[in-house]
Formats: sequence, C-alpha cells, structure tokens
Amino acid sequence: MTFLTYDFMKYALVAILIIAPLFGILGTMIVSKKMAFFSDALGHSALTGIAIGVLFGMRNVNLSMVVFAVVFALLLNEISRKVMVSNDTIISVFSSASLALGLAILSKGGTFSKYSALLVGDVLSITPKELWFLAGIFAITLLFWVLFSNQLTAISLNKTLARSRHMPIHLLEDAFAVLVALVVMVSIKWVGILIINAMLILPAAAAANISQNLREYHFFSVVYALFAGLLGLWSSYYTNVATGPMIVIVAAVIYFGTYFYAKRYQ
Amino acid sequence: MKLIKTPCGLHCIKIIDFGVKFASEPVFEHVNLHVHCGTLTVLIGQNGAGKSTLVRAILGDIPHEGKLEFRDRKDGELQKIRIGYVPQKLNIEKNTPVSVYDMMASYHSNVPVFLYKSPRLKKKILEALSQFEAEDLIDQQVCNLSGGQMQRVLLAMAVMGRPHLLLLDEPISGMDVNGSQLFYKTIDEMKQKFDMAIILISHDLKYVAKYADHVVLLDHGVAAQGKVGQVFGSPEFQQIFGKGEWEHDVSDV
Repeated sequence: MTFLTYDFMKYALVAILIIAPLFGILGTMIVSKKMAFFSDALGHSALTGIAIGVLFGMRNVNLSMVVFAVVFALLLNEISRKVMVSNDTIISVFSSASLALGLAILSKGGTFSKYSALLVGDVLSITPKELWFLAGIFAITLLFWVLFSNQLTAISLNKTLARSRHMPIHLLEDAFAVLVALVVMVSIKWVGILIINAMLILPAAAAANISQNLREYHFFSVVYALFAGLLGLWSSYYTNVATGPMIVIVAAVIYFGTYFYAKRYQ
Repeated sequence: MKLIKTPCGLHCIKIIDFGVKFASEPVFEHVNLHVHCGTLTVLIGQNGAGKSTLVRAILGDIPHEGKLEFRDRKDGELQKIRIGYVPQKLNIEKNTPVSVYDMMASYHSNVPVFLYKSPRLKKKILEALSQFEAEDLIDQQVCNLSGGQMQRVLLAMAVMGRPHLLLLDEPISGMDVNGSQLFYKTIDEMKQKFDMAIILISHDLKYVAKYADHVVLLDHGVAAQGKVGQVFGSPEFQQIFGKGEWEHDVSDV
C-alpha cells in the first residue's frame, strides 16, 4: 500500500472508485442497446468540442467540449430516427466528419501536441474539486438508473410494445444519450479518448457472458470495472505505465476469461 | 389482481375514419371498425396492405387521422381504453442477460429490476404466466426461449396490463404447424376467458376461416369486412388472393 503515500495516488484511487461503477452501470445498457459505436463516436467528438472552443477563443474549453458532445449525441439520435440508412453508417459518417474538423482546427500551426495528452488521459492529475464533480455525476446517474432503467430495458426490447405501455420513448432515449455524453466528457481527461469506450464496453460485455438476469449483469459489470480499475492503477504505479491502458488490459483479460468460462460451463 | 373475468359483451370499441400517411402518400384511408369484447377480429391482406401500420396507429405509435372510441354500453359512458400489444418478435440478441421476470417487470413496474427482485411482483408475474402454462419460464433468459414459449410469455405479459383491446401480430417465424395450431387455440380460449376484444393480424387464411368472428380485408383501406363466409366469398377477396384455393375452407364454415 506504499503507493498511497502520495496525494495524487489517493485522488486517483477515489476517482477510479467513482468512475468504474459509473462505467460498469452505463455499459450494461450500451451493450444491450448495441450502442458501442455510438459511445465511441461520442468519445472522439471531445476533440471537436475542444477545437470549437479554441476557435472561438474560449478560456474554458471544457465547456465547449461538453456542450458539443451533448448536441452531437442528440443530433445522432435524431438523424438515426429519420434516415433509413443503417445506424452505424450514419454514426460513422458524422463521427469521421466531426473528428476531421476537430483535428484540422487543432493541428493548425503545428500545435496538436498540446492536446495529445487527451488521447491516453491522465488519472493522476485529478484534483479534489474535480472529484466532487465526478461524485455529483455519479449521484445523478444512480438516480436516473433507479427511476428509468426499467423503461430503457423495455424500449430496447420492442419500441412499439413500450409505446403501448405509454413510455416516452424519444425523451428517454435522448436523456440516456445526454447522460452518456456527460459521463464520457467529464471522465475523458482522466481516461483518454482512445480507451474510454473500452472502459464502457469491456466490463459489461464480460458480465453479459456469464449473467442470466439484469441483477447479475449489473453486479458483475460493476465488480469487473472496479477490479480492472484498481488492479490497473496499482500495477501502473509499479510498472510506470500509463494507468488507462493498464486498466483496459486487465478488463480485456477478464472479458476473455468469462468468454471461455461461459463456453466451457454454460 | 383479478385476471380472469368472462367477457360481458357490453364494451364496444369504435375505430372511426382512421388514415395514415407516410410522406404525404396515404398507406390507408377511411378505415372504420367496430369491435366488441369477447370477439376475435382478424385483419388480412397482402404484404404492404397496411395491416401492421393500422395496428401501430391504433396503439398511437404513429401519427394518424380519425379517432378511437371506447364505450361501456351499459351506461353509454366513454372510457379511457387500455390497449395491450403482442409484437411479432423482440429485438434481442443471443446472450442477452434479460430473464422473463426482468422483461415483464420492466414493462409493468417501476421497481428497479437491476437492484432487486420483488416477491410481490414475482407473484403477480407468475399469476399471469400461469394463464398460459408458462410459470416455469420465469427465470429463463428471454433470448433462449423457443418460438412457442416466447409467444406464451408475450401473451401473458399483454394480459398483465388487463387490456380492453388486445392487438396481436401473428408470429410467422419460428413456429411449426403444431405451434400455429396451439397459438390459435390459445387465442380462442383467451377471448372466452378474458374480458377483452382481440384484433389479430393473420397470415394464415386456413386458421382465419376456422377461428375468426369478424374478418377485415385490408387493401389501402377496408376492401371488405364481415363474417368469414361473406369476406372469403367477396369479389375483392378473390381478386387479391385468387379464386379456388380457399373454396374448400370457406365451404366448411
């Protein structure tokens, strides 16, 4: 436990204790609703949001990043409802266009290296004030989940059936997309654009391998996310490797473990 | 909750001048239907005739013209209608960790399914499942159910909401001859057991001839409606489905 003698390690530990369950919970619905590509596109949109902030000379580019991600999420939802092209094609078109725009703006004048830290993230740089912010988002997510996760499950199974039970389908889908956008944006500095989607998908996908109902699904997803987060942080300290990739490696090992376990015993 | 309540025959549901347009092209227009509790109304017609669209319009899932009236004939009062729906299939992948309990609770309760299993809700769900001899499926994963099992679970789920009107989209995939036979038998029992009107989209004219109380032939509007014999013998029916093929079934009725 010597690694906890540093303050930044303590903060990182608390951050992971908040982010991991958050991602574990949201990941279950993202996997069930087949939205992995959607959350991936959202992560990449962070660069575009920052670029827009830079372009307009904003002091706080975090704000433009969050606002852009929310708009982007709502736009993707709206377009995939209207256009009759396959969903992942639409997401891909918008994601690549916005990413290219972001990269073009940020690379103007050869200054992109300033932003490359965002790609892998740095959980060790988190401050106590930011921890409170994460805790707030965590509380909002939990509340949303207690109130609306039943209806989201119902909508994901059959929309017309959900409509026959008078569920506000568009509103809930949009609310979920905005929630995912918010969570991805507030954690992207610590987790990194390149691996944030892995953090969302892997624990839930591993849990889906061995679960038979929603309670097991959520329980295992949160446990795997916490285990990967803690083991990743601890081992990154002793191996001097970036924390984010270490967490994803642990999560991937868990995924393959559950996959082969399920194949063999279920 | 009392699920079983024999049909009183006093409820009537009027679908008045329904019409749906997609991109200003009418899918169907001026559809008028009149259904009573305890009866089975069957929608037939070719692919693209507007059967599923009509069902979705009745559910309020898509914008439409016309109105739906629900009246208790005893006092003539207009009432708020509860509509149940049984879809053709669910959007569920292999390996999805959603059990039958989870699914039914998600549609019918606000108790967060991901947190805990409520014994009270479980009792209620078991009661609905038992109407269709499906109690033992409660802890099965929905994605692992066979076509027939899935149908019984979906019917139980629809009945849980105690609907006045039940809309069914007949399953066409994953059902063998025995399965279809059982499906129609179940529907036939339901209309006697529960106080509700049933509207069914059917793709199998043989079973329609045997079980329907009222048949509606759709072709971008109501082409013909009435008793099985009337509709099957109509020129509109013969134009759409061809002559001869169904004469044997019709002569049985």
